[in-house]
Amino acid sequence: MQTWPVRRGRPYKEKLDPLEPLISGQRVIDTFFPIAKGGTAAIPGGFGTGKTVMLHQFAKWAEADIIVYVGCGERGNEMCDVLSHFPKLKDPRTGESLMERTVLIANTSNMPVAAREASVYTGITIAEYFRDMGYDVALMADSTSRWAEAMREISGRLEEMPGEEGFPAYLASRLAEFYERAGRVRTLGGNGRVGSVTVLGAVSPPGGDLSEPVTQNTLRIVKVFWALDTALADRRHFPAIHWLTSYSLYVDSMKDWWKQKIGEDWKSLRDEAITMLQKEAELEEIVKLVGPDALPESERAVLEAARIMREDFLHQFAFHEVDTYCPVEKQMGMFKIVLEFYRNCVEAAKRGIAVSEVRKLPIKDAIAGMKRLSPEKFQREYKSLQTQLKRQFAELMQSRKALPGGVEGGR
Amino acid sequence: MIVEGVGGVAYGEVVEIVTPNGETKRGQVLDAYEDRAIIQVYEGTGGIDTSRTRVRFTGETVKFGVGVELIGRVFSGKGMPIDGGPRPIFEDKWDVYGAPINPSAREYPSEFIQTGISSIDGMNTLVRGQKLPIFSGAGMPHNELAAQIARQAKVLGEEEKFAAIFCGMGITHEEAAFFMHDFERTGALERTTLFLNLANDPAIERILTPRLALTTAEYLAFVQGMNVLVILTDMTNYCEALREISAARSEVPGRRGYPGYLYTDLATVYERAGRIRGKKGSITQMPILTMPGDDITHPIPDLTGYITEGQLVMDRELHRKGIYPPLNVLPSLSRLMKDGIGAGHTREDHSDVSNQLYAAYAEGKDLRSLVAVVGEEALTERDRRYLNFADRFEREFANQSRDEDRSIETTLDLGWELLRALPEAELKRVDPKFIAKYLRQKE
Repeated sequence: MQTWPVRRGRPYKEKLDPLEPLISGQRVIDTFFPIAKGGTAAIPGGFGTGKTVMLHQFAKWAEADIIVYVGCGERGNEMCDVLSHFPKLKDPRTGESLMERTVLIANTSNMPVAAREASVYTGITIAEYFRDMGYDVALMADSTSRWAEAMREISGRLEEMPGEEGFPAYLASRLAEFYERAGRVRTLGGNGRVGSVTVLGAVSPPGGDLSEPVTQNTLRIVKVFWALDTALADRRHFPAIHWLTSYSLYVDSMKDWWKQKIGEDWKSLRDEAITMLQKEAELEEIVKLVGPDALPESERAVLEAARIMREDFLHQFAFHEVDTYCPVEKQMGMFKIVLEFYRNCVEAAKRGIAVSEVRKLPIKDAIAGMKRLSPEKFQREYKSLQTQLKRQFAELMQSRKALPGGVEGGR
Repeated sequence: MIVEGVGGVAYGEVVEIVTPNGETKRGQVLDAYEDRAIIQVYEGTGGIDTSRTRVRFTGETVKFGVGVELIGRVFSGKGMPIDGGPRPIFEDKWDVYGAPINPSAREYPSEFIQTGISSIDGMNTLVRGQKLPIFSGAGMPHNELAAQIARQAKVLGEEEKFAAIFCGMGITHEEAAFFMHDFERTGALERTTLFLNLANDPAIERILTPRLALTTAEYLAFVQGMNVLVILTDMTNYCEALREISAARSEVPGRRGYPGYLYTDLATVYERAGRIRGKKGSITQMPILTMPGDDITHPIPDLTGYITEGQLVMDRELHRKGIYPPLNVLPSLSRLMKDGIGAGHTREDHSDVSNQLYAAYAEGKDLRSLVAVVGEEALTERDRRYLNFADRFEREFANQSRDEDRSIETTLDLGWELLRALPEAELKRVDPKFIAKYLRQKE
């Protein structure tokens, strides 16, 4: 047995650049806002936006060898959920029970505060220990806000001079120290093993207000920001990661991996999709003021395609047996089909075809059904989906060639 | 009250005070330093002088005698019977602060409780062992709703030992009387224990009241194997009391003057819900809180939402429209719903139907704000259908009478009935096989 002081990071030979993504099987993460092995991410969001479900999904499906889950000041039943469900789930890569690779550290909200302050350090030390064996480790801290509050409580009892909102002045440096213990490293061991610790921290800002000190100090350190949005959660769009406010600074370093692994120019596709969603947000503003009828057909086409992107790609149902985990190959296939639909949609609008006509195409239902197909079935049907899409649009455009200028369909 | 020249006193220790005229009062140690101790007196400090009052430190924290005889009785906020009956015979004395349940000893809650209220059963299902608060505002019918739930709640297909515990903190005499009468009228009183701390009782007692109620609940659930529903009202008063005491201890205040440990303290109350592996009973909590100024970001509802497994939010606009219960399903949530519904619990299509209802209602509500700007004529046919859907959802699905007990099948069929008004291709959240089975069969 080894013992190690938890507040001190374990040594390593050198830190390497994060180059590989940590695949999570969640479309919005892998395709839009990827996290690197050895990277850091923050998930802030008010209550009910799905922080814990997100972290659980990550713990279940992330392509890591070891998962360390720190339940820091959260609900007892959530830990119980993990304990009762994980042993039943199979790791998609090894076929072993998921519990076999999971370490849980439980300090529920009714447990002592001093232990809560230490629990996060205990977690990262365990993660580093496995990293030194050459494993890829992912650590989830749910939630770092409770940890910061524990620091505040202890600091208050010690009668230290409080900083912002009563938090101790050393809050920022403690948070930075913690997140800096993540990384992909060459270990001290003989044969130059490479291991990594990826840190994902949930943040629970009071009142969902992201300007509070814990969120702000965390955002200065982490490279990936998944912003959970209450409005999306209210309409049950899960994962409620907002596609415009979130960001990932690993996009550029990940693009070579996608090229090698999938052979696609992922980055340009991703940029195209983000531009489309950005455009949708702008158009929505106009619609709010003047109503959808005031928009020209070409812009309505953007709205329609963006809706498909949101509902059929970004939306992912965590409790559906197939949709809960989506391998990268399937993600890429779905992504390309949705984008293809968008291009055709815009093209059709240019030729004067009303969006209402596009809406009637049977391919729309096929796209909506993609999520529920198992990955193997999807691979088989991918080609036929593509040809169907092409054919249906071609037919539509053919039929309307005779009527330039477009007909305002019975919307 | 500050006592000098004492040593070896402990936080939370119970103190007995005998005043010059022979009256015995009880209090609790709030703070101790050097040779002094600060004591909060439960009954108020009247009649205490500096020369002849005697103070005895009992050396133990607050304990409460528990037993099955507590059922059907009414107690004051500090655990004295106030229904005119004798002191109950207790089987054991338990520390009111309880002990945290180890997560690995917990059993995951997954038994559906049918409350007979569509917007709860259908959209935010309650399960046994859950803690689901009602976020309300002043003047809304949260008490009526809580009483209705206490009356109607049942687990399908089971006849088990069931008890309700009602804990009133800082409530007015009228509110207390409302619950008493309601329980008496429906015959629920004989399986209910009431703890009443009224608005004019001392604040420190308010800290004790929910703990007495939960200690009783733990005894009934885990020793007697009963399924206990605990209603805590009003948590806002509890938090105010906590702030008052924190100020008395001159602690550094956190947000809005509430102590920094408000989260931890609330968690020690809320986390005492749940089920324990190998034990038959369960504790389901339904705390009620009034949001000051209907503001859901106020520290009390905010921290509560972070601890509890979801929330039911009451909406003033719906209330004004005359809809009862005025539950706004959009910000409401039940986190344990996913495991308490579906085949074997409720019905296989439950999850899909509720997701679809959510999405459609959200869309309809968005359109409502659009209509306010551009008028209904500017809408497309599809949008008009959604708008109509939102209205019908409120009037037919959410709205029900105060003694209407809808079964889960009725609720789900009602949901399908509403969804039928939308184009079938729009029902993306529903598995096609359920559409075939439930939507088309009626046609």
